[in-house]
Amino acid sequence: MKQQQLEAKLLHAHELDQQSLTKALAQLYTGPIDFADIYIQRSVNESWVLEDGIVKDGSFHIEAGLGVRAVHEDKTGFAYADELSLAALDHATQAARGIAMHGQSKRVAALIPTKAQLRYADVNPLHSLNEAAKISLLQEIDAYARSLDPRVVEVIASISGSYDEMFVAATDGTYVGDIRPLVRLNCTVLVEQNGKRERGSAGGGARVDYHYFSALEGEHKRWQNYAQEAVRLALLNLEAKPAPAGTLPVVLGSGWPGVLLHEAVGHGLEGDFNRKGASAYAGKMGQQVASSLCTIVDDGTLTDRRGSLSIDDEGTTAGYNVLIEQGRLVGYMQDKLNARLMGVAPTGNGRRESYAHLPMPRMTNTYMLAGESSPEEIISSVKRGVYAPHFAGGQVDITSGKFVFSAAEAYLIEEGKLTAPLKGATLIGNGPEAMAQVSMVGNDLALDSGVGVCGKDGQSVPVGVGQPTLKVDALTIGGTA
Amino acid sequence: MDHGMNQQANAQIPTRAELNADMEQVEAAVREALSYAKQLGASAAECAISRSRGINVGTRMGEVETVEFNQDGALGITLYRGQQKGSASTTDLSPSAIRASVEKANDIARYTTADPFAGLADAAAMATEVLDLDLCHPADQSAEFALSQALACERHGLAQDPRIVNSDGAGYSSHVGFRVYGNSHGFIGGYLQSRHSLSCSLIGQTEQGMERDYSYSLARNLADLWSPERVAEEAVAATVARLDSRKIGTASVPVIFRSDIAHSLLGHLVGAISGANLYRRASFLLDKLGEQILPSWLTIHEDPLVKGALASSPFDQEGVATRARDIIKDGVLQTYLLTSYAARKMQMQATGHAGGIHNWYVSDQGQDLAALCRQMGTGLLVTELMGQGVNLVNGDYSRGVAGFWVENGEIQYPVAEITIAGNLADMLGNIVAIGDDRDPRYGIQCGSILIESMKVAGN
Repeated sequence: MKQQQLEAKLLHAHELDQQSLTKALAQLYTGPIDFADIYIQRSVNESWVLEDGIVKDGSFHIEAGLGVRAVHEDKTGFAYADELSLAALDHATQAARGIAMHGQSKRVAALIPTKAQLRYADVNPLHSLNEAAKISLLQEIDAYARSLDPRVVEVIASISGSYDEMFVAATDGTYVGDIRPLVRLNCTVLVEQNGKRERGSAGGGARVDYHYFSALEGEHKRWQNYAQEAVRLALLNLEAKPAPAGTLPVVLGSGWPGVLLHEAVGHGLEGDFNRKGASAYAGKMGQQVASSLCTIVDDGTLTDRRGSLSIDDEGTTAGYNVLIEQGRLVGYMQDKLNARLMGVAPTGNGRRESYAHLPMPRMTNTYMLAGESSPEEIISSVKRGVYAPHFAGGQVDITSGKFVFSAAEAYLIEEGKLTAPLKGATLIGNGPEAMAQVSMVGNDLALDSGVGVCGKDGQSVPVGVGQPTLKVDALTIGGTA
Repeated sequence: MDHGMNQQANAQIPTRAELNADMEQVEAAVREALSYAKQLGASAAECAISRSRGINVGTRMGEVETVEFNQDGALGITLYRGQQKGSASTTDLSPSAIRASVEKANDIARYTTADPFAGLADAAAMATEVLDLDLCHPADQSAEFALSQALACERHGLAQDPRIVNSDGAGYSSHVGFRVYGNSHGFIGGYLQSRHSLSCSLIGQTEQGMERDYSYSLARNLADLWSPERVAEEAVAATVARLDSRKIGTASVPVIFRSDIAHSLLGHLVGAISGANLYRRASFLLDKLGEQILPSWLTIHEDPLVKGALASSPFDQEGVATRARDIIKDGVLQTYLLTSYAARKMQMQATGHAGGIHNWYVSDQGQDLAALCRQMGTGLLVTELMGQGVNLVNGDYSRGVAGFWVENGEIQYPVAEITIAGNLADMLGNIVAIGDDRDPRYGIQCGSILIESMKVAGN
């Protein structure tokens, strides 16, 4: 869809246009106000869930509204409305303005329609399959997962899709919109053997439509790969032994284990925490903060990726931003407010969960570039340690730098060889210390399958992570053995 | 104020009359949605609309940071065509958007598969009256008042200790609202609620590095909210106590979950005895009804009808009347927590837990935290949990923690970057004692919990 069509649909259909937005911005842009913007959004999403072999429930959600923000230095006034109309814009503008000092009106830069470089197609995934086809896809997944192993006793499969249209206008002349599709498929299985039950889960997604899941990825369709992976993980858990307790070398697999970087590095390099001096990485620009094998980027430009953006929620073009180059800290992720206060350019990382939330610096797709070693070489270098190719979520305290993440698949390494599969366990470390202990980096960079959700200050946004196989010389493993 | 935020001078307190008038309008909208569902051919339907309004402000380093005016509304409708079910929701509460949502739910119900267990809760289980549980105490929602609270709190916090060098900010929020639920049995009900909170997050520093901690207060009635000074002083104490933490060696030791995190342990019990995990046979506490799962001195009483309490409600999210009951008596599991759907799957009765639990009161043995530490002797006092390493299917538990090392019953030094691990079934069964230091900020009112032994991983 062209920018003009989006403008017609999202703005003109609701009595909003360049002129009315300019007028509202002019009302906000007075006295000491440095910046103001108006964010307009309409999104629809659906999900369908199969359980007990039947699609029991489907749900559909629609939301539309606009958010108005006025900023003076580091102070922000914010109001929003649950509808798209001129009256709603006026109302929110008055509320956001109520907290701005009265004063001389300033000149709003002319709103200049711009064209974003599109990182994904403007498809509506909800329309890409009809309802009967969505249901039969889930039923196929159920039958397939059960056919993989007789120990599979329950399958829960779900698909969800969203179609998000946004437009932003700002006192700096920003006037641009974006259409963001997103789909997700998940397969969870329960297996049972001799009365012991375990769960396995796998899935993926991207900024595409539902046909993505039926496309071949290797020999099988994507959804078949997810089902196989869920069954494999569940069966592995049946055999898993207690993980060790203590500090050991850890080899992290490629792809989704990049959640390490998201927690140990990524959050700590968001501009707001560094401007405030609240991050363990604050004031370290230009310094060595990781081993020289580590080059870490945040990249919103990857085609169709879950964390990708054509523009961020402030209208800044998403970028390929190097955060750490050969271990040296070279860049923070910025939104407009923090960039202005730190005297740097915004990096395309200003994101918000919706019109009803304020933007903040957030990650897009965060990953480490490939190194030289082969994964086999890395594993064989460990005398006794743990190999963790698959993870569940993580968490970080950006001030102390302490982070955790949970291994969902792990193996003991003994004398350079993988031996017993291990039960899930939490790994804990300190971001800068752990990154300094990265001693080998693989040549097998992979990104995750498109399932990441990042939470910050109560706001969730979709993100991607990735990394090659890498070795951390010492991490604490929270097992019981 | 010298920094350009022009504050409204007058108090803005929503009145009950206003709120009740709003709620009546919303009740009419719920009735209309239900009647439209019937008109479209639905055999049954249920609809809820929630609305809230308020203010949320933040300060940082003693200055205004954000002022947010909140006004939120949402409608959810579930519609049944026979045993087929469809759901839709919208944040747009205009009559046309509501009708569109009902139509969408109806469309979806044409495609879903008939589920013999689908449907509303039994008509006989519906609450017969909406008890007034005194859950709404509106307070001033002006930016001036909200900022005065947050600024007083943060400025006080920054002035208490030279090691507090920075702040992650203070916040004050105040909201009032309601949720109206109705279904095609003819049940319709709603009640007003309020919630006010004040929080403060501070950063301390020594040569060893920075640590951050926080405190907060949460209440339905502003009069019950802690003073800005108390919130600030608790945040200072928590932050300073964490400085210069050490890592300890790997060992099996007794562990105390301090009262402000102890509720999380019982939160896993909630998950394990909830219908959705039981009928999927995905709980480490399967088939334990009537069996001992906790020590024989331990009783958990639930009372949804306590006036003014945080987790009180006269009916659950399906309209089922709530009532007081024992969840655990003398260590024995008395009830599962069942929605009507789970109850039908398990051939039991719904327990009024759609939407979660109500106020839980966990019995204690009368000691304060200091006495509990003396009883432990040597071990770990946990004050922070990190990560999601909890598996309800098999009970495996492994989480990052911070806290204090205790020797001879006395706190010795702060510890961090360690984990604790065990199995939830054993942890619950091996609770040695529970203190009397209940934390009033949670729906699960529970003192600090001493567990016999867990594996601590460190150096």
